[in-house]
Amino acid sequence: MPGALVVLGVLVPLVYLFIRAFSAEPSELVDILWRWRNLELLYNTVLLTAGVVLATSAIAFPLAWLTTRSDLKGKRLVTLLGVLPLAVPGYVMAYVLLASTGSYGTLEHLFGIDIARISGFWGSLIALTLYTFPYLFLNLRSAMAGLDPGLEESARSLGYNARQTFLRVVLPQLRPGFYAGALLVGLHVIGDFGVVSLMRFETFSYALYLQYASAFDRIYAAWLALMLLALTAGLLLMEARLLRNVVFHRTGSGTQRTNVPARLGAWRYAAYAFVALLLLASVVIPVTTVGYWMSQAVDMQPWGRLGEALWASVSASGPAALLCATLALPLAYLSVRHPSTTSRGLERVAYLGYATPPLAFALAIVFFSLQAASLLYQSLVLLIIAYTFHFLAEAIGPVRSALYQAPPRVEEAARVLGRSPLGAFFSATFPLLRRGLLVSVAFVFLSAMKELPITFLLSPIGFETLALGVWSFTNEALFGAAAPYALTLIIFSAAFVGLLLLREDR
Amino acid sequence: MSTLLNVHNLTKRFSAEGPAVISQLSFSVQDGEIFALLGPSGCGKTTSLRLMAGFERVDEGEIHLGDRLLSSTQAHVPPEQRGMGLVFQDYALFPHLSVLDNVRFGLRGLSRKEQHERAARALRLVGLQGFEGRAPQALSGGQQQRVAIARSLAPSPRLILLDEPFSNLDALLRQNTRSEIRQVLKQEGITTVLVTHDQEEALSFADRVAVMRHGQIEQVGTPEEVYYQPRTLFVAQFLGRTNLLFSHASGLVADTPLGQLSINREASGPVLLSLRPEHVTLAHPDDNLTHPSARVVAREFKGHDITFRVEMNGAEYLVHTHNRMDFAPGDRVALKPLESAVVLESQQEMQEIPSGITDEAGT
Repeated sequence: MPGALVVLGVLVPLVYLFIRAFSAEPSELVDILWRWRNLELLYNTVLLTAGVVLATSAIAFPLAWLTTRSDLKGKRLVTLLGVLPLAVPGYVMAYVLLASTGSYGTLEHLFGIDIARISGFWGSLIALTLYTFPYLFLNLRSAMAGLDPGLEESARSLGYNARQTFLRVVLPQLRPGFYAGALLVGLHVIGDFGVVSLMRFETFSYALYLQYASAFDRIYAAWLALMLLALTAGLLLMEARLLRNVVFHRTGSGTQRTNVPARLGAWRYAAYAFVALLLLASVVIPVTTVGYWMSQAVDMQPWGRLGEALWASVSASGPAALLCATLALPLAYLSVRHPSTTSRGLERVAYLGYATPPLAFALAIVFFSLQAASLLYQSLVLLIIAYTFHFLAEAIGPVRSALYQAPPRVEEAARVLGRSPLGAFFSATFPLLRRGLLVSVAFVFLSAMKELPITFLLSPIGFETLALGVWSFTNEALFGAAAPYALTLIIFSAAFVGLLLLREDR
Repeated sequence: MSTLLNVHNLTKRFSAEGPAVISQLSFSVQDGEIFALLGPSGCGKTTSLRLMAGFERVDEGEIHLGDRLLSSTQAHVPPEQRGMGLVFQDYALFPHLSVLDNVRFGLRGLSRKEQHERAARALRLVGLQGFEGRAPQALSGGQQQRVAIARSLAPSPRLILLDEPFSNLDALLRQNTRSEIRQVLKQEGITTVLVTHDQEEALSFADRVAVMRHGQIEQVGTPEEVYYQPRTLFVAQFLGRTNLLFSHASGLVADTPLGQLSINREASGPVLLSLRPEHVTLAHPDDNLTHPSARVVAREFKGHDITFRVEMNGAEYLVHTHNRMDFAPGDRVALKPLESAVVLESQQEMQEIPSGITDEAGT
């Protein structure tokens, strides 16, 4: 049952996307596919993705190395700094960049620094880099912390110097961690809508939005969504290909020793400067900017609208979070207790819903509802359903790891003591899953609170969430009006990061 | 005593075309008896247990408890309706419930007062009064084990299944717990099926032992029977090390590498004999050579006894003697059998089996 729902919720809309895309006349099709503009969009999207992956690497590599392998003081704080930017969603970061630069920006007002307003490619690059580098940082960090010092010591004893050892032994071992992190970054960039639309940089997502919002050319929009999907699929395939045959773990047994931290010496000033710069760009400037515009907003902002937006966000995110946990429970149970091709397939489908660029996913749901369920079109119910199937994968993880902690023997013990299969599950296993389920609900709730593109396409008329508030005010350069929304979002996102850190700690 | 559990011609496959994990398994357990299924890992003993408990369905055969049919190709009583207790190797205590609530878990349908009384009685039986309010995680391994036993005793099941229940305890604790639990089970008259790979555990705990191999029972009998009179080479080896003698029998005697020996049953022609190390002893070689002479290769003093390895005609034999035997490596000795040798049924060509000591554990 839940399995059928997942397939229905994720795959059926995508099918409608294809139907719509292929409803064009053949001559029209050729015209759509052979546009010069497609190549331009492809070039822009790939350029931005590659640029962000490069830029995040430039930040994440040194930061991961400093926090795991050096004798830098305050490593825990620096680690926190590496995760904190997740609390500022990409489009809020775009808002910050737009609101702090230019002749009306915060920097000019407060410090008299007048730099040209950052927008376009560079604006998108900076905003996305500052928002997504933690994904790469976290992956590289755990990869570096897990390195076996014995391997490096062997290389040194075999006549390699420190630099050669790093290049020939350490770097190759970091590959899986790097790929995993870079994949996350790449998926975020390809799927991003808020940053590129605010920065006016034409990638597939932005073109899709323009097409949908102003040109009303649904068929071309469908094709753009398909191209976006193809790009995502390409990225996933590339990752799978690169990771093939890459299995690295310690072959020997015995307790692992920890690495001797590298001496930084005079380099530590450079390290502190790097950390300070990062702190400035990813935390200080955003907070100052939002704070500054808040003070401008105090006398002009009708606070009632903020309350309404908050309620709107909660009324869509709350039910979606509960629904996700309800669906995730049977799916995770199936895949942990009765692993089969079917259960693995179902989980894949859930992950597909997560990896699909949200704008394409939302468009697919629009087509689906227009043709098959017109009653639902532009209803809150449809928005909740869309959130649910997009974020389902986030809910499966915590339930799954909780299930691994609950041995099947315990359920069998309950059976022998007289409980029916369902009774045994609820009396013996369910109490052990409560924590995992709570984490699932919280994850999905906080993610949905920040969500922009799906909300943008699917929200009922007159329905304004926090994310939509930030986006639409920023789009009209009303930075003061956007500030309270941005601040509220930062608070919710900070809660999300806190939750993430709590889980990492355990 | 009457038969309580009857297992008849049980067969189980995990894939339709695959080999049978258990084939044509039959045995019965008497009321109040402790019965052990003993065998190496992969012999199908745990699968048999899960079939009895109702977690797996049978492919062929039947399981009866008293007059009640529990499993057959058509019928399958679910685990919760079988009225059996089951103690898992890792105990499977509910981590979210206290010790008392764990023990009360199977007592639904009774009044609260009665639940308390019966749970308290079960905990008293296993010597855990005073631990009611503790969390299972706060107990030692041995205590957790007792809670698991108490939990399965509390609903007064007709039969308790034990799945390697002592293997997670360290050696010293294991022996004590084992004899205490045995006493409780006997005192309460509870019929028990124990599954284990530990021959010492099976021999000391059970009234009868079934030795399993490749999903079939090789021999059933009292611990003494299976130890002293192993029917096959596998049983002889699995219950401890032994000396194999490739011999020629006629009637109740056989010509063996150790000279002429009496054997436990009539046979003729080439036979394989088993002679346990403690059924031989060493003596000073006498001049008229009534006993064949050998050379001591190694001596291992183990406190309560001594293990000698001796060599004769190119084969080595094992001899356990009392701890005052003072031969040293290099000495010439005479080998004196103390008991009849046991004739083994052999599945393979006997010529392939050399005389001498068997390996540490049979397979």
